[in-house]
Amino acid sequence: MSSVLVAPKHEPVSKPSTVPAPPKRASRPGRSGAWWVERGLALWTALVLGFLYLPIAVLIGYSFNQSRLNITWEGFTWRWYGELLSNKPLIDSFKNSLIVAGASTVLAVLIGTTGAWLLHRHRYRFARAIQALVCVPMVMPEIVMGISLLVLFALAQVDLGHATLILAHTTFCFPFVLVAVQARLQGLDPALEEAALDLGATPWRAFWLVILPCLRPAVVAGTLMAFTLSMDELIISLFTAGPGSRTLPMQVYGMAKVGLNPMLNALSAIFVVTTVAFVLFTEHLRRMAARGADTTFSKP
Amino acid sequence: MHGLPGAFSANPHARRPGAWGWWLLAPMLAWLLLFVVAPMGILVAYSFGSRGMLGDVEFGFSWDSYARIADPIYLRIFARSIGYAALTTALCVLIGFPAAWFIARRGPGWRERLLLLVMIPFWTSFLIRTYAWIAILRSEGLLNAVLKSSGAVPHVFAEPLELLYTPAAVVIGLVYVYLPFVILPVYASAEKLDGVLIEAAHDLGAGPLRVFREVILPLTWPGVAAGMMLVFVPAIGMFAITDLLGGARVSMIGNVIQNQFTKALNFPFGAALGVVFTLLFVVSFALLQWLGRRKDETAKAR
Repeated sequence: MSSVLVAPKHEPVSKPSTVPAPPKRASRPGRSGAWWVERGLALWTALVLGFLYLPIAVLIGYSFNQSRLNITWEGFTWRWYGELLSNKPLIDSFKNSLIVAGASTVLAVLIGTTGAWLLHRHRYRFARAIQALVCVPMVMPEIVMGISLLVLFALAQVDLGHATLILAHTTFCFPFVLVAVQARLQGLDPALEEAALDLGATPWRAFWLVILPCLRPAVVAGTLMAFTLSMDELIISLFTAGPGSRTLPMQVYGMAKVGLNPMLNALSAIFVVTTVAFVLFTEHLRRMAARGADTTFSKP
Repeated sequence: MHGLPGAFSANPHARRPGAWGWWLLAPMLAWLLLFVVAPMGILVAYSFGSRGMLGDVEFGFSWDSYARIADPIYLRIFARSIGYAALTTALCVLIGFPAAWFIARRGPGWRERLLLLVMIPFWTSFLIRTYAWIAILRSEGLLNAVLKSSGAVPHVFAEPLELLYTPAAVVIGLVYVYLPFVILPVYASAEKLDGVLIEAAHDLGAGPLRVFREVILPLTWPGVAAGMMLVFVPAIGMFAITDLLGGARVSMIGNVIQNQFTKALNFPFGAALGVVFTLLFVVSFALLQWLGRRKDETAKAR
């Protein structure tokens, strides 16, 4: 989703944690003002995290409730998960989402990775303008992107369907890949490619055999990010999908509009578990990349 | 938001691109021109067109669609959307800032663990997170059940509280969905802040309020501004949350735009609304950047 804006989606994580913990204040006798402030902040943070997790926890709990209306707890059941698997519109929309996310991710990774490398290695005229243009899809409000693509397709008389969805999703996914790869390139020793060229490699071989392997963590992270963004996208899809290409978020949105639905609770639980796995995996990748950066070809 | 994300690399080994360099970059440039620049151009062209008999668009040059936006009905919707988005942004910053600050000041171990706890809701589908509030707020929902059983609601009011499909529900939903979008950038800039500066300010006799105003706030401003940007603009146009939690009662600019393209089929009017919304976005973006630069300068001047 959202494109939202924002590279910030990954920025905070990809930063090495080098800042030392703040120095401990000299221990003062009694409970000073700072001590109370600290306690207050800790309590506040706990409340904020509670606020963030309580609704999700309630949903997961409800997904195992036998009661259709969820007013009271009537016992444990897997029934809603079973119904989920036999709900044809939902399964179809999931397949559509997988097709769209798969295709847009491939395109986004191709465009984003080559784009990042080319912008890094060449001094293009208008490089700043090009870079700014790349960032536009990341910061642009989704609804504006959705309607502007809709009028483009309407004018070009293209029928809305899988193809238009893939074009739209690639457009907002590839800048995230590009920025992720660019961040990694900045940490790379710039002499690396020259060394390969001096040793007789063609620019293509140098890229394929030397640069690309160094970029792997960023490319993997970008791939995951593009796939997730595409799987999650609702607003842009609403404007660029045709009747036969409803995506999973569109289907969920339609169901949620009607109100509570035990099947949606089960689906939400699956979503949450998938997200947790995704976050832990990217975190693992990030740590590997941070460790790898110390040994492989990073800037001295 | 100082500079654009991933400000472009200053690679000392970069060289002038030959013909090949341009050819290889061409697909990406073509993509951007075709799917970002051209659609915006068409949107602007549509906004000056008029609606044909069959719901098609007749190109021309008329300000009619823009004049229609000046109608008090639409002005009120615009004002309401901006008001809701501003309230959401303010609440997100007030709630998120202390938490982000606390997390950023932990030792490395706790910091990473707490940060992960913020990342998980951040990456969880906003649709699912909005849907969760339907279960909590509806009249037979969790909140009413808790209030009833705790006796907090006197029995004279046998009626359950109507929480779902109210403006309050919309604001709760918006704050809930966008809170991590503020915590993460504020965390990023708070983590960079050197604790020694605060110590120094304390030692020089500054009270806690003064330290906050003159040291902490200016130095974390880039994160706060980025967080505000990430919340304010999407919140104005976010019709899905208003639809799910506000029902038909709370209509926002996003809902109006969506209606023009899906139900009313008045593309020129929808396009004009979209253009005005984009201008609003550009202005608030520029305003935040300008504010940030001014803060920077005052900080440097000291």
